[in-house]
Amino acid sequence: MRSIVDTVQPLGHRRSKYSGEKSPTSLIFLLLIWACLAFSFLFLVVLIVTTIIDGSNKFTSTLFTEYPASSPERAGARPAILGSVWVIATTAVLTIPLGVAAAVHLEEFADKKLWINRVIELNVQNLAAVPAIVYGLLALAFLTLLGVQNKNIVIGGALALSLLILPVIIISTREAIRSVPLEIRQGSMALGASKWQTVWRQVLPASVPGIATGSILALSRALGEAAPLLVLGALVFVSFDPNGILSGFTTMPIQIFNWTGRPQAGFQELAAAASILLLGLLVLMNGLAIYIRNRFQTRW
Amino acid sequence: MNSSSHVPTAAERRSLEDDTLLHQQPGMAVHLTGRRRAATLPDKPDETILSVKDVDVYYGKFRAVTGVNLDFGLNEITALIGPSGCGKSTLLRTLNRMNDLVEGARVDGSITFRGTDMYAPEVDAIEVRRRIGMVFQKPNPFPKSIYDNIAYGPRVTGMKVENMDDLVEEALTKSALWGEVKDKLKQSAFGLSGGQQQRLCIARTIAVKPDVILMDEPASALDPISTMRIEDLMHELRREYTIVIVTHNMQQAARVADRTAFFTALADEGTGDRTGVLVEYGKTSQIFEDPKDQRTEDYISGRFG
Repeated sequence: MRSIVDTVQPLGHRRSKYSGEKSPTSLIFLLLIWACLAFSFLFLVVLIVTTIIDGSNKFTSTLFTEYPASSPERAGARPAILGSVWVIATTAVLTIPLGVAAAVHLEEFADKKLWINRVIELNVQNLAAVPAIVYGLLALAFLTLLGVQNKNIVIGGALALSLLILPVIIISTREAIRSVPLEIRQGSMALGASKWQTVWRQVLPASVPGIATGSILALSRALGEAAPLLVLGALVFVSFDPNGILSGFTTMPIQIFNWTGRPQAGFQELAAAASILLLGLLVLMNGLAIYIRNRFQTRW
Repeated sequence: MNSSSHVPTAAERRSLEDDTLLHQQPGMAVHLTGRRRAATLPDKPDETILSVKDVDVYYGKFRAVTGVNLDFGLNEITALIGPSGCGKSTLLRTLNRMNDLVEGARVDGSITFRGTDMYAPEVDAIEVRRRIGMVFQKPNPFPKSIYDNIAYGPRVTGMKVENMDDLVEEALTKSALWGEVKDKLKQSAFGLSGGQQQRLCIARTIAVKPDVILMDEPASALDPISTMRIEDLMHELRREYTIVIVTHNMQQAARVADRTAFFTALADEGTGDRTGVLVEYGKTSQIFEDPKDQRTEDYISGRFG
C-alpha cells in the first residue's frame, strides 16, 4: 500500500517547471499591472498635491464667508457652498424615498416574470450609465414644459441630479434588500405577519445600513457634478445666499469651473482652494459611508 | 395501526431482541418515551386537528408529493420521517401555507384545520399561519432584541395584549429560556447560542398563541445537549399545543413522537422524477417495533436512507 507521501508527491512533479506565479509570463503580467497601478496613482497624487499647494494660501475664512467678487482678494465661495448644501439636501429629499420605494417594489412586490418588470429592471441598470448632461437636458426640457422662466433654481438643479442618482440608489437599495436572508422573511411570515409588515418591519430596517451607504455615495457623486447644472444655467454670478427651493443658486463645482476660466492667478488659487474643500467633503462622505457599512452591517 | 394480532410477527420478535441489545448500551434507550405513551395512546387520534386528504403538492410541473392521507391528533406529537427528497418538509410547509411563498407551488386535495379547508379561497393565508406556527431548521432570530423578537408576532398580528412584559415572560418561561435571558431581554438575540436561539424561535412562535407548531428539523443544526433540551421542551409543549415535526433523526422521532408517518420517494418509470409518498402511519411504537411495510422496516433498521 502506498503511503500518503507517495500519493501526494507525483501531483507535485506533474506541475511544469514554470507553472503558477513563478512563470516568466506571469511575472511580466504582474509587473505590468503594478506599473498601471503606480502610473494612475502617481497622477492622482500629483493632482492632489499641486491642488493643495496652489490653494493653501486662499484656503482661509474668506473662502467661506465672502461672496464672489471681481478681485480675487475679496472673493469667496459662500453662495456656492450654501448652494451645494441646498441642492444636495433637496436632491436627497426627492431621491431617497422615491428610490427606496422603487427598489422595494421591484425587489419584493413586482412579478419578475412579467415582461414589463423585466424591461424596467433592464432600464434602471442602463440609466445608471447615461451621461450626466443628458439628465440636465431632460430637466431643462421638463422645466420648459412646465413654463418655468428662470430655470436656474434649486429645485431645477435638484431635479436633474435626482434623475442622475436615482438609478444608483435603486440599484444599491435592491442589493441591500436582497442581502436580507430568506430565513428572516420566512420567520416573520410564519408568525402571521403580512408581506407588507415583513418588508416594513424586518427587511427595510435590516437594509438601512446598505441603503444609507448607497445613498451617501450617490449624493457624493451628485455633489461633484457640474455638467447637468451648467445646462440649467447655473454658471451665474450669485451674490446672495440661496434661501429656498425656488431660489437661484450656484454650486461648488460650478464656482470652481468659473474661477478656473479667469485669467488672474488669484482666481486660479481660489479655484484650487474650493477644490480642496470639495475634495475634503467627498472624502468625508465616502468615509461616512464606509463607517456606516462596517459599523451597522448585520452579520447573518 | 392493526395491533390486535397475538402471535408475534417476525418483525416484533426482532424488535424485542433489538430492545434487549439497546438497553445494554447507555444512552440508547430511545424507544422508552414512545412505549410509555403507547400504553395510553388510542390507535387513532381521539380528536383530529389537521386533516390531510388525497394531497398532491406540485412545484410547477414537478410533483413533489402525491396521494397523502394523514390525520394529526390534537395535542399529539407527530413525526414525519423518511429519506431525503421524500417530500416530508414539503408536506410540512403546506400545513400552514408557507409553501404559498414558493413560486409555482400548488396543492391538490384538501387540508382541513378544525374542519375548515385552509386552502379555500376565502381563507386568509396570514390567519392560517397565525394559528399554525412554524419553527425552522436553522435558528432564525430577527436582528432585534430578545424582547422584541417575542413581541414582534403579537404586535404584527394585532393581538390584544394587556401587558406585553407578562406575555414575553410567559413565552420565554414556556420555552425554558426565561432563567437564561431574563437579565438581558434588551440585548440582541444574535448574542445567544444556537440552542438558545432555537428556543427563542419556539418562544416567539408560542407568543402568538397558535394551536399547532410545525417544526422542520428543529434540532439538526444543534449540539446534543441543545437537542435534548428542545426535545424536553416539546414534551412540555404537548400539553397545550399540537406538534408536527420533520426529522432526519429516527432516534429523535422515537424519543419524542406519539405517532410517526414514514415517507419515501418513488421514481417515475418514464421521467425518473422522484415523488414522495406516505408509506405507513401509526403509533411510534408500532412503526418502530412492528412496521407493516417492508420499506419502513428497511429504513428504520438502517438498510437505506
